[in-house]
Amino acid sequence: MRLLVIEDDDEAAAHMVRGLRDAGHVVDHASDGAAGLAMAEAGGYDAYVVDRMLPKRDGLSLLAERRAAGDETPALFLSALGEVDDRVEGLKAGGDDYLVKPYAFSELIARIEALGRRRAPQAAATALKVGDLEMDLITRAVRRAGRRIDLQPREFRLLEYLMKNAGQIVTRTMLLENVWEYHFDPQTNVIDVHISRLRGKIDKDFDTSLLKTVRGAGYKLSADG
Amino acid sequence: MTGLFRTTTFRLSLIYMGLFSAAAVLLLVFMYWSTAGFMARQTDETLRTDIDGLQEQYRQRGMPGLLRIIIERSGEGDDRLYLLLAPGGAKVAGNLNTMPREAPAIGPWFDFMYERPVVDMDGAPTGETAIRAARGWRAELRGGYALLVGRDVDARVKLQNRMRAALGWGGAATILLGVAGGVAMSRNVMRRIEAVNAAARDIRKGDLSRRVALDGAGDELDGLAANLNDMLDQTERLMAGLKNVSDNIAHDLRSPLTRLRNRIEAVLRDETDDEAYRAALEETIEEADRLLSVFNALLSIARLEAGAAARRFEQVDATGLLEEIAELYAPVAQEAGLHVSVRPCAKRTCFFGSRALAAQALSNLMDNALKYAGAGRIALAADRVADYVELSVTDEGPGVLEADRARVLERFVRLEASRTQAGSGLGLSMASAIAHLHEGRFELRDGDLSAPRRAPGLKAVLSLPASA
Repeated sequence: MRLLVIEDDDEAAAHMVRGLRDAGHVVDHASDGAAGLAMAEAGGYDAYVVDRMLPKRDGLSLLAERRAAGDETPALFLSALGEVDDRVEGLKAGGDDYLVKPYAFSELIARIEALGRRRAPQAAATALKVGDLEMDLITRAVRRAGRRIDLQPREFRLLEYLMKNAGQIVTRTMLLENVWEYHFDPQTNVIDVHISRLRGKIDKDFDTSLLKTVRGAGYKLSADG
Repeated sequence: MTGLFRTTTFRLSLIYMGLFSAAAVLLLVFMYWSTAGFMARQTDETLRTDIDGLQEQYRQRGMPGLLRIIIERSGEGDDRLYLLLAPGGAKVAGNLNTMPREAPAIGPWFDFMYERPVVDMDGAPTGETAIRAARGWRAELRGGYALLVGRDVDARVKLQNRMRAALGWGGAATILLGVAGGVAMSRNVMRRIEAVNAAARDIRKGDLSRRVALDGAGDELDGLAANLNDMLDQTERLMAGLKNVSDNIAHDLRSPLTRLRNRIEAVLRDETDDEAYRAALEETIEEADRLLSVFNALLSIARLEAGAAARRFEQVDATGLLEEIAELYAPVAQEAGLHVSVRPCAKRTCFFGSRALAAQALSNLMDNALKYAGAGRIALAADRVADYVELSVTDEGPGVLEADRARVLERFVRLEASRTQAGSGLGLSMASAIAHLHEGRFELRDGDLSAPRRAPGLKAVLSLPASA
């Protein structure tokens, strides 16, 4: 992906840029809001990573201006402000995701990659397929290798989210936000247990396991390896 | 003093005084005109009538008739003054001896002074003379005679002078009193405003406990001062809260940070192979993540307590929320040997508040129940009690002693028995802060799921305002 990082903390930005490049992305960096806006106007990016508080031009108004100009490039806000209202403000300004500082790098990269996929048209899809696992979004039927699997409604949503993001790492927080719509951080490993139950249903009786745990990051649903 | 003249109160009282003085002067001028002025006009009118009468007499009866009247009237009293002069200037008749110097050749109404013997109370001459003020009219009669008709106006002039003096002094006194009153009023108001300013200056210098002194008058300035004091109280409370948080952060993040550092040092000192380094680094990241979550929780609590979270409250279906939380926690509870259930309730119970925050509070309570209950049931319920909806999480664990219940709501307080468990000691503080933000309550009660003998259990109750 071609990414534009607008972040005024040079050290944080350098860390982020290096990490994103190591992950195979092309990254440009702007260190204030005015420069960031100019670069975004030049165009050509697959996603923006915008700090909310920037010198010269704050992140919210920057993105709001791009959205007003018809720029639909997915954007992720980074902010030290993490209350529900701050998040709502960020999404209202046109942000697609909101990550509170400080964050784990694995979380950032998983979310940026999820943004890139969000851009791909999915509205038309009525079925999802990962390896021999199939999901029909209309009849809500799930099959693996032709065998029908019964899922609870929440398990269905969890699997749907994992399949839409197949091949990519999704973090626990992303699951909690997107499947349960909660924005807090439970002390107990609630998500892990839901995942292990889902794994019991889709992987247990089969030779290859699709749902993998990525240590220190989250989970990944994929057919290969 | 120059500051005084610039005050609003002084300017207002100056304007007021100006208007008041103008009104007073107008009143006095009118009074003067309608008394002294009226008297003067009346005198002039009388003089004219008198002289017309005499001229008429002269025309009809000739000199003898005129003389008779003049002589007759000259004796009548002190006020009427007459002088008839022959063409040569010699006095023919009258009670004046010479034509006053002030008299015009001919014409009406002139003021003059004349000399008159002073009489005592019985009318007997005392032998002294007095200079008195008079007003006259000089007419020429046919035959070259000059006639002066006058009136003694000494008493009136004296009265007029006295009135003028009185009016002058009165006016001066009005203006003086006005200025003095303005100064006094402004000083009073300024003194009280200065008290507010002084308090503000002290507070700015750092004395946050300083308050504006109340006058006790119960007036608008007192109201303003009381309002300012309330605001300052609130600010001081918030500042104290903030300080408390930073103290806690400093205190409670220091030990895990020290631990983190020690571990890294130990690894650098003792380990040599890459695998050990890797493991140590992974542990370090986990420890850092724990620190971050403590840090975030602290910030959230501080913001909740400051009421800074703008209120995006709505009607929330309490039972629905409980079912969601139960569904989220059921698998992990089952693994821990606990059974989670939501007590069904007859009708939908709604509260007015933030769904996200209530969910967070309930999640903290669930975390605690999972950690400490050990085994048995966890029951979630929503009950309408008066104006509140009580969202409760009840377990069958060891419970919390009555004496410890208030303490565990404080930040970082963890009872000895729970030291070995992972956790930040912030979960209940946050639940409590969330309840307060909703103007509700958070309390811990005895559990009511099983017989107390077996296990006391704990019922954590979040009371949020019910929807109307």
